[in-house]
Amino acid sequence: MQVLLPQTLDEACTMLAESQGRAVPIAGGTDLIVHWPCNIEAHQKAYLDISTLDELKFITLSGDSLIVGAMTTFWETITSKQVESEFPLLVQSAKEIGSVQIQTRGTWAGNIANASPAADGVLALMAYDASVTLISTHGTREIPLHEYFLDYKCSQRQPDELIHSFCIPRRSFTFDYFEKVGSRQAQTITKVGVAITNSSSGWRVVANSVAPMVRRCYQVEQLLEKKARIQQPDDLLAALDQDVSPIDDIRSTAAYRRCVLSRLIYYALREHCPWYS
Amino acid sequence: MTIAPENNMVDVSFTLNGKLVDVSVSATDRLLDTLRYDLRLAGTKEGCGEGECGACTVLLDGLPVNACLIFTFQVRNREVQTIESIDAHELEEFHSEGATQCGACSPGVVMTALWIRNHPSLLQTHQLSRLMAGNLCRCTGYDAIVKSLEASLSIQERN
Amino acid sequence: MLRVEARSKLTGREVFIDDLPAEDIWWAGTVRSSLPRGRIRDIHFGSGIDWSSLIVVDHRDIPGPNEVQMIERDMPVLAADVVRHVHEPIVLLAHPSRRIVRQAVQAISVTIDPDEPMLDFRHPPTPQQIQYGSDNVFKKLKIEKGTVDEALAAAPIVVEGEYETGAQEHVYIEPQGMQAQVENDVLVVKGSMQCPYYIQHALMHALNRNEKQVRVIQTATGGGFGGKEDYPSIIALHAALLAIKGNRPVRLIYDRQEDMAATTKRHPALIRHRTGVDHHGRLLVQDIDVLLDGGAYVTLSPVVLSRSIIHAAGPYHCENVRIQGRVVLTNSVPFGAFRGFGAPQSQFANERQIDRIAHELNIDPVQIRKINLIKDGQTTATNQVINDGADRIQVLDRAIDLAEYHDRKKAHEVFNVQHPTLRRGIGVASFFHGAGFTGSGEVQLASQIHIHGRPDGILEVRSSNVEMGQGALTVFTQIVAERMAYDQDYIVIVAADTSVVPNSGPTVASRTSMIVGKLLEQACDDLSRQLNGESNTDGTALKDAIIRWHHIRPDQELIGKAQYNMPPDIHWNDLTYEGDAYSAFAWSTHIAEVEIDLRTFVIRVINFTAVQEIGKVLNETLARGQIQGGITQAIGWALLEQCHWNNGSMQNNNLSDYVIPTCPDVPPIAVEFLESPTPHGAQGAKGIGELPMNGPAPAILNAIAQATGADPRSIPLTPEQLMETLLT
Repeated sequence: MQVLLPQTLDEACTMLAESQGRAVPIAGGTDLIVHWPCNIEAHQKAYLDISTLDELKFITLSGDSLIVGAMTTFWETITSKQVESEFPLLVQSAKEIGSVQIQTRGTWAGNIANASPAADGVLALMAYDASVTLISTHGTREIPLHEYFLDYKCSQRQPDELIHSFCIPRRSFTFDYFEKVGSRQAQTITKVGVAITNSSSGWRVVANSVAPMVRRCYQVEQLLEKKARIQQPDDLLAALDQDVSPIDDIRSTAAYRRCVLSRLIYYALREHCPWYS
Repeated sequence: MTIAPENNMVDVSFTLNGKLVDVSVSATDRLLDTLRYDLRLAGTKEGCGEGECGACTVLLDGLPVNACLIFTFQVRNREVQTIESIDAHELEEFHSEGATQCGACSPGVVMTALWIRNHPSLLQTHQLSRLMAGNLCRCTGYDAIVKSLEASLSIQERN
Repeated sequence: MLRVEARSKLTGREVFIDDLPAEDIWWAGTVRSSLPRGRIRDIHFGSGIDWSSLIVVDHRDIPGPNEVQMIERDMPVLAADVVRHVHEPIVLLAHPSRRIVRQAVQAISVTIDPDEPMLDFRHPPTPQQIQYGSDNVFKKLKIEKGTVDEALAAAPIVVEGEYETGAQEHVYIEPQGMQAQVENDVLVVKGSMQCPYYIQHALMHALNRNEKQVRVIQTATGGGFGGKEDYPSIIALHAALLAIKGNRPVRLIYDRQEDMAATTKRHPALIRHRTGVDHHGRLLVQDIDVLLDGGAYVTLSPVVLSRSIIHAAGPYHCENVRIQGRVVLTNSVPFGAFRGFGAPQSQFANERQIDRIAHELNIDPVQIRKINLIKDGQTTATNQVINDGADRIQVLDRAIDLAEYHDRKKAHEVFNVQHPTLRRGIGVASFFHGAGFTGSGEVQLASQIHIHGRPDGILEVRSSNVEMGQGALTVFTQIVAERMAYDQDYIVIVAADTSVVPNSGPTVASRTSMIVGKLLEQACDDLSRQLNGESNTDGTALKDAIIRWHHIRPDQELIGKAQYNMPPDIHWNDLTYEGDAYSAFAWSTHIAEVEIDLRTFVIRVINFTAVQEIGKVLNETLARGQIQGGITQAIGWALLEQCHWNNGSMQNNNLSDYVIPTCPDVPPIAVEFLESPTPHGAQGAKGIGELPMNGPAPAILNAIAQATGADPRSIPLTPEQLMETLLT
């Protein structure tokens, strides 16, 4: 195992470039190190430890956006009053990620980089129209989060790029909602989850664990924009079937995920939208 | 700095229970391995190796973390506190309420519980039971743990 | 008395097997079968490993018979020619580097020619699938009372039901582990265990050693729940084989994934009921069929089946009862002991059946239990006359009062009409649990316990019953302190080391406090007698008397001894399965309140009440801890803990995919004890360790049925399954 320990962000980018993208960036390690002793294959790789780079640990609220550094932990977000008052879904989702012991180590960048379809942090970020800033020796580029993921555990990030930060535009939200359904009350992996917002930019409905990656539900969003009449959860199914493709796996069933997602969305909006039913 | 080639040893300095320690460990070693097998501090337990059970909970710069999910080289220049820093007299309520049975989860439970006790303002924004959710106990059903912690908090408040 | 070892546990000073110094240790690993059934064709040692640097053991290195001594000897220590389940051990390795052992295990590939496996215990085997006897049945047992067929034909109402329960993993927080080394020709094995003498006997048998050549020492045991009853014998054998061959101290610690994949679990069960009742709900006849999945080897399955059928008809009086039980082979990882030992499965079925009968007759679920609960003078299914002075209806009534059952039920009915998506319900289960070995089991065990009066005046208890979290050390200390009026600071319970302690039997079957505790009282009395009755004075005088005794008799040992004898009033017939199955039963009623979210089908237990008659409460804190912990484990079994199987092997063998209750999953649990002392237990106490495992699953499902109108009959009842039940 080779480990690269950069002191600065510049150095990190250089090391990553020099490794020709072979080095795997490590943030909190809460995914990578699971069952580590038996994961012998992983012991043969090179790692770039960016967990201690202070340059990537910040929460900045500017005139028009919230910018959060890649190495900001969930716990740092949970305890941020600024974030909680303006972007409550970030705090709600962060509180649902693992346990406190995971929240103190796990980072937003890790949640994004891992590109898991069950990522709870990504769910909230996408509902806020977040974009991701990637950095490398070639400079930076910004990608809207809803375009960032390509497939299961696959994203637009190139091997020589690091996640630098994510940025959320400040808007006034008239609705925000987050709900996660796992197999127990706490410290659980999401079986089906949803985050919903409404602002001057329109509706955002995002679901996780129902597709190869976290998904914007565009068809459902259109129903809401059109103020379509929705009288029961089943009325959402036709739209959802275009948006998501749940599967049977060890954690749940496709039928359950589909049914519950429609119900979560329906009941989340029932009280809020007078035109709804 | 680069640790290379493969399986090379790395020198790591960190503060452990208030004292500076220097260890030479494999790059692949987790903090849990270093504590238990190099430093002979076996109070921190391995229950699952996947960050679910919390038996390996230690404080890193004052916050609870799972020592099974951190590489030892990641704690360089940082502060680690383990169960070995805790004295039994701090735990009278846990003793009297029956908060330990088999004892395998207890060191982790105690580290999280004392962290909560020392930061009671956490309870303004968090439910106690959810803060304890990262420590699995298969013996007690948690009631005795929660009651001990509540008793401990109220004694602290009175003082 | 507070738990005697609590401080060392809370501060992490307690020494578990993997906490021992590891400097000179060789670490062990296990190469396992990847197929459920087949013949081993080839074992290939891959490249990239210096095999000469490892200790390598296979079946040819076993000095004695390649058999794990349990009830039967059908399980090999290491598979030789055939494998009968995935994860069956084949080759053992050890090396000073733990990492190299892990690499070496992965570098070995075993080629197995597959045979047709038997994977679903619910269906009869095809001829090709027969691997045990003529029908794959490990054990068949029957209880018969009265005239069942006639009673069924005559009953005005007959209710039928089929119930299923799933496997459950123990998830003791300390995974299994053993360390072995040879010291002057004595094989010393230390580790996490419930039954030191089971391990000693297994080592003697397969390693061809006598009892002086095998010493087994229990180290602090981080939870057992039955999981460390039978399986540790296998780990001990494996560590010992490596230690003997390499002449090195060898430590074999399972990581969580290996532990969950390879070790035993609770037996899955399929149970059918046909119950005849009259219009008032009185039980006229119970016809019950219990089928258990035994997995690939016999392990403890015959006795699990025995306990299962004895408890299958519940704590009710019925004149006509037939219970037929079978435990069958499948090519699954073998199932074994787990808290309750078959009784939770059969009483889940019975208590759902009772509620379904009440529903059918439109009788209150409380009322139907009141009508049928055994009254003193009436009999159980095995025709055991119950005359223990315990009032089972009072237990039920107290639970109803404590839970405010009737008010809550009304409140829930109102709530359910008003709330758009939440439904609440309340459910009851009444049940019992016999403590100690079944029938003549305790006579065969013939447990012995010693208490030494040492020259320094300290009383030293020597017993093979271990502390594993349940509080044995504290209860033993307390029994001696109270019997001898002795200061607890002068009482020690020595480590369970087979070279030191007599065989007081295994730490199982809720027997330690009751049966062994009672023996300890007798040993105390024996010690007192040797001191010419000086114990009648206070403890200080007794301590002085012990010191004086040694002063007069230097080099002699002062030992109080006791050995179990069947009490004269207990009669059991092993052939007809009739008579006194247990010397005492503890009786209990649980009441569960649930809330179901109809959006997500998530079931939360929101309140729980447990009232139990346990003879005598020896230590309230410990007893409450046993009850609350058992209920929590049973909530997991009922709602959360699902083993996903493929080829008889658990696929979700990790703690993120096999979920046990966390702190927020557990409701407030009110616990209350009633006492009706039994002459067969220490200070009148009955065993309670397993009791709380029996009630929660049926109480919770009864509550869910009431809340939703569903009729769930299998556990774990996950939200996915509840959805199917409600929507189809």
